[in-house]
Amino acid sequence: MGLLSDPYRRRALSRLILRLNTPLCLLSYVAGLGWFLALALPPVAPRTYMSENAMGSTMVEEQFAYGERALSYAREFAGHKKKAGGMPVAWLEKTMWNLGLEVYKQPFARTLPFPDETRERYMVKGTNVYGILRAPRAASTESLVLSVPCSEGQHNHQAVGLMLALASYFRGQIYWAKDIIFLVNEHDLLGMEAWLEAYHDVNITEMQSSGTLGRAGAIQAAVSLELSSDVVTSFDVAVEGLNGQLPNLDLVNLFHAFCQKNGLLCTIQGKLQRSDWDTLPAYAHSLQTLLLMVLKQGSGRPQGDHGLFLRYHIEAITLRGINSFRQYKYDMSTVGKTLEGMFRKLNNLLERLHQSYFFYLLPSLSRFVSISVYMPAFGFLILILILKALDLWMKLSKCDAGPAERLWDGDQGAAHAAVEEPRPGLLTLVPPLLICHATGLTLYFLPVLGQHVATQHFPVSEAEAVVLTVIAIYVAGLALPHNTHRVLTGSGSDRGWMTLKLLSLLYLAMQLGCIALVNFSLGFLLAVTMVPVAAAVQPTGPRYLYAALLVLVTPAVTLLLGIFLYQELIEYPVSVLECWQLFLQAVAGGLLDHYLYGSVVFPFVAIFLYPCWLLLWNVLFWK
Amino acid sequence: MTPGGPAPADAAPVSHYRLFPKALGQLVSAQGVRELHLALTQGFWRTRAWGQPPLQAPAGAELWVWFQDTVADVDKAWEELSNILSGIFCASLNFIDSTNTVTPTASFKPLGLANGTDHHLLRYAVLPREIVCTENLTPWKKLLPCGSKAGLAVLLKAERLFHSSYHSQAVHIRPICRDASCLAVSWELRQTLTVVFETFPSGQGKKDWSLFKMFSRTLTEACPLASQSKIYVDISAKDKEKELLEVTPSPTSVHEAIVQGEKRTYAVYDLLSPSLFNTSRSLNVQLKWKRPQDSLELSTPVLHAQRYVSGYGLQTGKISTLIYNTHPYRAFPVILLETVPWYLRLYVHTLTIITKGKENKPSYIHYQPAQDRRRPHLLEMLIQLPANSVTKITIQFERALLKWTEYTPDPNHGFYVSPSVLSALVPSVIAMKEVDMEQSPLFTSLFPSSDGSSYFVRLYTEPLLVNLPTPDFSMPYNVICLTCTVVAVCYGSFYNLLTRTFHVEEPTRGGLAKRLANIIRKFRGVPPL
Repeated sequence: MGLLSDPYRRRALSRLILRLNTPLCLLSYVAGLGWFLALALPPVAPRTYMSENAMGSTMVEEQFAYGERALSYAREFAGHKKKAGGMPVAWLEKTMWNLGLEVYKQPFARTLPFPDETRERYMVKGTNVYGILRAPRAASTESLVLSVPCSEGQHNHQAVGLMLALASYFRGQIYWAKDIIFLVNEHDLLGMEAWLEAYHDVNITEMQSSGTLGRAGAIQAAVSLELSSDVVTSFDVAVEGLNGQLPNLDLVNLFHAFCQKNGLLCTIQGKLQRSDWDTLPAYAHSLQTLLLMVLKQGSGRPQGDHGLFLRYHIEAITLRGINSFRQYKYDMSTVGKTLEGMFRKLNNLLERLHQSYFFYLLPSLSRFVSISVYMPAFGFLILILILKALDLWMKLSKCDAGPAERLWDGDQGAAHAAVEEPRPGLLTLVPPLLICHATGLTLYFLPVLGQHVATQHFPVSEAEAVVLTVIAIYVAGLALPHNTHRVLTGSGSDRGWMTLKLLSLLYLAMQLGCIALVNFSLGFLLAVTMVPVAAAVQPTGPRYLYAALLVLVTPAVTLLLGIFLYQELIEYPVSVLECWQLFLQAVAGGLLDHYLYGSVVFPFVAIFLYPCWLLLWNVLFWK
Repeated sequence: MTPGGPAPADAAPVSHYRLFPKALGQLVSAQGVRELHLALTQGFWRTRAWGQPPLQAPAGAELWVWFQDTVADVDKAWEELSNILSGIFCASLNFIDSTNTVTPTASFKPLGLANGTDHHLLRYAVLPREIVCTENLTPWKKLLPCGSKAGLAVLLKAERLFHSSYHSQAVHIRPICRDASCLAVSWELRQTLTVVFETFPSGQGKKDWSLFKMFSRTLTEACPLASQSKIYVDISAKDKEKELLEVTPSPTSVHEAIVQGEKRTYAVYDLLSPSLFNTSRSLNVQLKWKRPQDSLELSTPVLHAQRYVSGYGLQTGKISTLIYNTHPYRAFPVILLETVPWYLRLYVHTLTIITKGKENKPSYIHYQPAQDRRRPHLLEMLIQLPANSVTKITIQFERALLKWTEYTPDPNHGFYVSPSVLSALVPSVIAMKEVDMEQSPLFTSLFPSSDGSSYFVRLYTEPLLVNLPTPDFSMPYNVICLTCTVVAVCYGSFYNLLTRTFHVEEPTRGGLAKRLANIIRKFRGVPPL
């Protein structure tokens, strides 16, 4: 700090920043990107370990042997589901009652803001059924949840069967210290949201649900199970929740530990980890896994029913049974034993899971990158914005200081021209700021509000109307009258665009910094694309190249490229047209996620990031 | 099940210890106790599934005491009393202090003879975290005249009693009339034990039971000191079909009573009657269901309640209490007592009571605000419950940030909020008549009904577990050091940079001569060199 208060050294430092600005920025970008790519390397990502003592040392002996019973429950469930043409509520209630659970049901209804075309639903009515296993000699202060989504079609029958078999086995045991809630939720995430809101007696979304519910205290952990075959070859675990929230790493460790104990193959992001760690293909493999996690987390979309629990500070994961063409298959008993072991260990918990990490990235199931290791990658990218802002600030303040101070300043080129012009006030910045933010607000509000008007005038459905309105407003923002400053001061001055750019760079740095604290992946993806172009853009020089680059890094194009990359990574490449289709679905999905579950990605982009990007566009066309 | 019984000792200054345990007797006289009620409970009574409890107690430890009006310093007596009881019952009652003690004004009335109900003589505390186990049972059994050697108490083996769904043991001491004329006063010690055995895990869904199956013991004799030793088995039929269940061996007599507004039939086994042990040397009461019951409907009790914390996040929250009145046509008032620890800061202006969509104004409210680290919130309300209604009471709170030494060793477990207490005179569905105290089961006589149309019920809701904002205790030292350093360094220098203005000052050249010249020039009125 003495460095800054000493005027001579300060001058030297500022000269260094001014002279070496571009190389420093480039270096910083390369460092950030390189750091990120290095996260998948073994020395950076240490092995996972169990931090929670209550789950670590004590071993449990699993004795679940009701595999056959699970399958017969599954068949019975499938039959009744077919007969009822939906969720067989009465049958589930009766079966759970006969197992000795306290049974409750919760009807709910939700009218979507606009029809969801990919899942074909608009006015949704459903019923959640759940049974509570009351722990003996416990006062219902804590509980665990095992949830199974009851989706349409032929999915998840085995999961319901296994859940009922587990319930019947658990009911006979005396060691439970926490109540266990067995939940079958209809309409997957919608049902889960309805149930969680009713359980916690809040109304965040416009969910209508009724019923006074049986409760079992504070939920400590939850496991969501998806299983659609009688035998499985492997288990996939999904961790990413709403807004990129993650469960405590110990829960993932617990699953991994029991998979290993029972010899079950387990994957993350559908990728089995490789045994060799120091080879190049192995590095590429774990980088792929890492990238998939970053893309999924960055989408802010819950990757399973567990994703909604995280808001309520309940650690949760989703387990998916996979039946592929592998030779060795595992039956229901093994799967049940794994779940039994997990629940018994969770039952042993004395405190909520808090010992291990909440912010991490997983290059494989047995390795993790903690927040302290991955954050510098993002820091290097933000540094570019800071450097550039400093550069602009110093140039601007030099103009203020006048010729007297420029005596000791060698760099007079750009600043000299600026000084000759009339000095515009900050007033010139107000119209572009207002216009950009007004566009952002329109982008946020108009599509859903104006869908009925749009369907009356154009031959499109509601969902198409919403998505097309979003795209139309987004594109229209580029053509707005951005040159308002000319009305005020006559002509665009260098000083004007430099102030505006300084402002937008700082604004962008603040936004990215905030979002990266909540959702690192989203922040990093946006920073990697937007930051270099934002730093480079200016109204002089190759303007059309800048314009093309700026369009290329707009959040919408980032989304498009993200989808493309994702499809490549899951080895399911798509053509450009398919990618466009997926893009349209993703836009609609993003809006629905916001309205149905409270995802922040859409409002963040529409209200903050897009206006900021428009400000940069403004800078480009200042003259 | 109510083993033990009234053990009338001599008048107010306790001096005869033939039946009355000396430890308690001395305590009563030394601390000036008029009435003492202590319950230690493991588990929670599920009112919806199990019906109205004979004597409910909150999960954990509950103690309420009326002191004599001769006691000068009630708080001191209360503290000493809880410490002594802690020693007698091996329970953590010594954790009772001013932060969890309240003085309710309306909820707790003396149950014995009382010539004044000045509530300043009352103290009430609940420890919801208390865990009850064998070490609490043994001292409790020792208070019985025969210990666990003879009589009903031989059944009370810890390994079976704690293999249950609910376990509650209690001690009630109160003054009663010695005889019908009520000229002299006796002390009554009543020890109750309530255990719920779950038939489900052991019997594969069958609900048959026997004494041997539950306690792995059978009865052989009554306690020689007992004047009465009876087992009551509830054989009342839910419907008309009486033939659903049968008890063996055949009871000595059948007793009909109206308990908690319902007509109950009891099979009575009198251990003192010699005919019982004629055929076999031991008594093993068995109950068999003739056909399996599988109905989803339970007969819900007239009054039941549920309490939970709603909301999410670690800043604010809401305590919601739902009180159900399922009586088809009668409304009745209920007194609700809420004791909330100080670290949940209640916003009293957010208190709302809603019944059937309308606001329900309580006819009596007593609120005593909390003082940080000194006393809890106390909220007592008299609320009218309309017939067939659900009343929802909500109050918002803010979670306080504790000092770092105030956190428990397991802060992430959460902090307990003791159950709220509901006291009500519930109107009976069928008319009650005067019952013969001598014949009726003991548990009915602690709260005798004042008139024939209603009966007294005291209910406790679930304890709550609330998470408070908790610092990361894994490395407090590092965190404190780092934070202090960063704040000190950054704040100081940034403040400097922001407030100071910097000038480049040319170093003064020239020595004494120049300064002298300047002074002269100053006098002359010309600018200095």
